[in-house]
Amino acid sequence: MSPRKYAHRTGQLKGYSFLSLARQALGGHKGWPPVWRSPEPKKNYDVLIIGAGGHGLSTAYYLAKKYGVKNIAVLDKGWLGGGNTGRNTQVTRSNYFWPQSAAFFDHSLKLYEGLSHELNFNVMLSQRGVLTLAHSKHEMEGIRRWANAIKINNVDAEVLTPAEVKKMVPLINLDCRFPVHGGFVQRRGGVSRHDAVAWGYARAASALGVDIIQQCEVKGFNIQDGRVIGVETTRGSIGAGKVSFSVAGHTSHVASMAGFRVPVSSMQLQAMVSEPIKPCLDTMLTSSVIHVYVSQSDRGELVFGGRADVYNSYAQRGGFPVLQENVAALLELIPAFSRLRLMRQWAGIVDITPDTSPLMGHTPVKNLYFSGGWGTGGYKAIPAGGDTMAYTIANDRPHPLIEDFGLDRFRSGRLVDEGAASGVAH
Amino acid sequence: MLRINCPWCGTRDEPEFSFGGESHITRPTLDADDDQWSDYLFNKENPKGIHYEQWLHKYGCGRWFNIARDTVTHEIYRVYRMGEAKPDLEKSGRD
Repeated sequence: MSPRKYAHRTGQLKGYSFLSLARQALGGHKGWPPVWRSPEPKKNYDVLIIGAGGHGLSTAYYLAKKYGVKNIAVLDKGWLGGGNTGRNTQVTRSNYFWPQSAAFFDHSLKLYEGLSHELNFNVMLSQRGVLTLAHSKHEMEGIRRWANAIKINNVDAEVLTPAEVKKMVPLINLDCRFPVHGGFVQRRGGVSRHDAVAWGYARAASALGVDIIQQCEVKGFNIQDGRVIGVETTRGSIGAGKVSFSVAGHTSHVASMAGFRVPVSSMQLQAMVSEPIKPCLDTMLTSSVIHVYVSQSDRGELVFGGRADVYNSYAQRGGFPVLQENVAALLELIPAFSRLRLMRQWAGIVDITPDTSPLMGHTPVKNLYFSGGWGTGGYKAIPAGGDTMAYTIANDRPHPLIEDFGLDRFRSGRLVDEGAASGVAH
Repeated sequence: MLRINCPWCGTRDEPEFSFGGESHITRPTLDADDDQWSDYLFNKENPKGIHYEQWLHKYGCGRWFNIARDTVTHEIYRVYRMGEAKPDLEKSGRD
């Protein structure tokens, strides 16, 4: 039996190692098996997850790994990791103001720190620091308060003088319009490889027996007596004991199929990359006032973005005025980049909530769960989002880390207002 | 880029305008319970399709108006004044 068929039948994971790499190199790399299975959908699953992005795949992985759920499927209307998981700027950090957010996002960063080992897949986490700038005396005071709050939350943060900023980013123009007054850095923050996170979770989940079914769009829910019993898809009806959806950019759309309303506005967030150049920026630089965030990829491209296109849209393109603002902001901070050409530009649809904190946990429909409203910052939350949603689905009660992120907070008034607290790129 | 036809100034570029969110939200009466009140405050119509929304001609006449716009194609089907009823695009067609 070929190794490929063997892996399919047993669901066993063939580990990546130096030895397997050497063996495949000798065979001209022709013997690598598919990284995940692509089975036909079954009639019934114990847990059905809608959306094979980072959150859906990690939820499936932890459900199978930690809670022993055997019969799981992840459905996607397109290809896995093809939504916001493949469209973000890969920032991985936990410098949040409020204790609930800090606890959740630092859990995520800690899982990221061990993720390559956990998944046997290199997610290329590079903890190069996330440097946030201040452009006035008052903003500097705000930054000090923010950095103190982060430290009280047991997360690392370090306030920097303009000279220290210049040392970290030699190309920076401190004397730009709204001169740089200093900043703070979270040194454990940085970037990681977004496709690898999706592929790594997909591979590991598939090896644990999770069915990943791509090109299968959910068209409606089958709900009986207020309880979800399955979904209608473009590939027929599928029954399910429990259903969860994590469909960044389409949270309202899928919630409306299940008959409830959510506090979400969907908008476009653009990102763009320059042509590749030699290494010149070895941190993740962000500014709330000039409104840009930029890092340099391993290929040498500058990856950057800024504000969202602030009107409801599902277009995934982004308008020119915002693109121009983002570029202008980058050149104001680092004028040396003015000769570079842009190679690509795109947009993802971000689901923004009134307090810019996520929506996680139960829905008004029994046995239907969701994770959404991640706004512009869902990528960094993938490991913790999956871990806590798996707990929530397995135990039918919210994981302690996400109790405050339920839909009911808008009724009770217990908002987690990170929008006001953590500013840009959050 | 959006090109928006202000009812008073004519067609101008997107950067002259600012977005004011969903139109035709009715404030509940004072005896509303918490569910009705939070639904009014926070929940949104966020359709993949025609959205009825408010815009302000910020760097022009400074006046508010409504538009009916497709959130996928960004096509603007109707521009109408504040206080006017929501147009029924299904019946009257998208002109």
